[in-house]
Amino acid sequence: MEYPVYEVSQINAYLKDKFDSDPFLSGICIRGELSNYKVYPSGHHYFTLKDSEGALRAVLFRNSAMRLRFQPQNGMKVLAVGRITVYPRDGGYQLYCESMMVDGVGDLHVAYEQLKERLQAEGLFALEHKKPLPPYPHRIAVITSGAGAAIHDILRVLRKRYPLSKVLLLPVRVQGEEAPREIVGAIRYANRWQLGDVILTGRGGGSMEDLWAFNDERVARAIYESEIPVVSAVGHEPDVTIADFVADVRAATPSNGAELIAPDQVELRQRLAAYETRMCAAMERRLKLSRQQLDALSSRRVLQSPMHYIEDRRLMLDRAQERLILAAQHHLERKRRNFAALAAALDAMSPLKVLARGYSVVKQQGHVVKSMEQLSVGQQVQLCLSDGSALARIEELKKEDTSHGTVQNL
Amino acid sequence: MEQSKTFEASVQRLEEIVRRMESGELPLEEALSLFGEGTALVKSANALLDAAELTVVKLKKGADGAPEEMEFESHE
Repeated sequence: MEYPVYEVSQINAYLKDKFDSDPFLSGICIRGELSNYKVYPSGHHYFTLKDSEGALRAVLFRNSAMRLRFQPQNGMKVLAVGRITVYPRDGGYQLYCESMMVDGVGDLHVAYEQLKERLQAEGLFALEHKKPLPPYPHRIAVITSGAGAAIHDILRVLRKRYPLSKVLLLPVRVQGEEAPREIVGAIRYANRWQLGDVILTGRGGGSMEDLWAFNDERVARAIYESEIPVVSAVGHEPDVTIADFVADVRAATPSNGAELIAPDQVELRQRLAAYETRMCAAMERRLKLSRQQLDALSSRRVLQSPMHYIEDRRLMLDRAQERLILAAQHHLERKRRNFAALAAALDAMSPLKVLARGYSVVKQQGHVVKSMEQLSVGQQVQLCLSDGSALARIEELKKEDTSHGTVQNL
Repeated sequence: MEQSKTFEASVQRLEEIVRRMESGELPLEEALSLFGEGTALVKSANALLDAAELTVVKLKKGADGAPEEMEFESHE
């Protein structure tokens, strides 16, 4: 016969898995008597729960131990809530206790612890699900009794702190059998009609039975499902209900709920004053900057002494004028010299100069005679010489042979 | 409720004004205009708080299911 062989740790892991997958063991409340109670330096508590016939090892970790509302002592009868699983290091199983209370304080406690355990496991208390409260609640839906102390406490605080908002009271019964149904109905109604930016629900202090509606699973789920953030404000400081765990914000009392919801006008006024101070400071800095800029500008010469500026400009003008006149004179001079050269050239070409060299011009009736053709015998012509003129008469015409000249060519 | 909305809007605008003025990059003209607007907002926001009186109504589910506002007699 052959058996498969396993290691010890494999078996422990297998058993641990068995325990962990059993829902019965994952949220269980056990009645027993405390023994071997030890608090380790780490802050964790180790003990054994026993009854007349058996014993169960248990551990309460530091974080859970800090929430205990009593001092555990050996021999004390308690209800311990938690899960049972295997500790693989020694192959033993034990209760990982998450909360513990003294037995004999009533079944409500057991129910409370079990519900709390279950809803927590389901994630209804998860921080990721919690919604922030609006900074300025314009409308506050208050779900509580219209006759209780709670509404008056709430209104008193809101009047003092933030009278700008509007309170919409959805009156409900906050104790008795009908209370959970009414509270649930009001939360859903407020959501359906968008009756507020925030919901405040709660009641004044009382016995655990009085507060019971706020430990109701239906109320817890309605709070969880609310789109509008919910602040729970139930009872007095030490009372913690299931509603408190599910709510987006837990207030210790109804008055405290109003304080958490509404900003305080004293602080608001201080804030306004602070804005004003900061604006004034910024404005002053800005003005100082402008003044510096102005100073820098006015220290320039043109603004400090405008006459100097004008004198400067006048001086510049004078110099420019002087240069202009000089330039004009040069120009004129150049033109004049040019003209003289031209006149000299012109003079050289003057007919008078030619006549002075011994030539004379023959004119007939004012026209210069250039050809024999213009002349006839007996005709009177004018002889122009360099120093005067004379009248002459043509005696004889003798045409020159121009066989080699231009006439011939014509 | 409207006062609360006005108040919130004023505070938001004031935050914006202060932020812009403190950035120190504004032309003088604009800084002066923001400063005027801001100081007026501070004044009006304070006046809102001075004059405010908490509105309280009791809601009743009307015949058609819609909420109806009723006077709430608070016995103080």
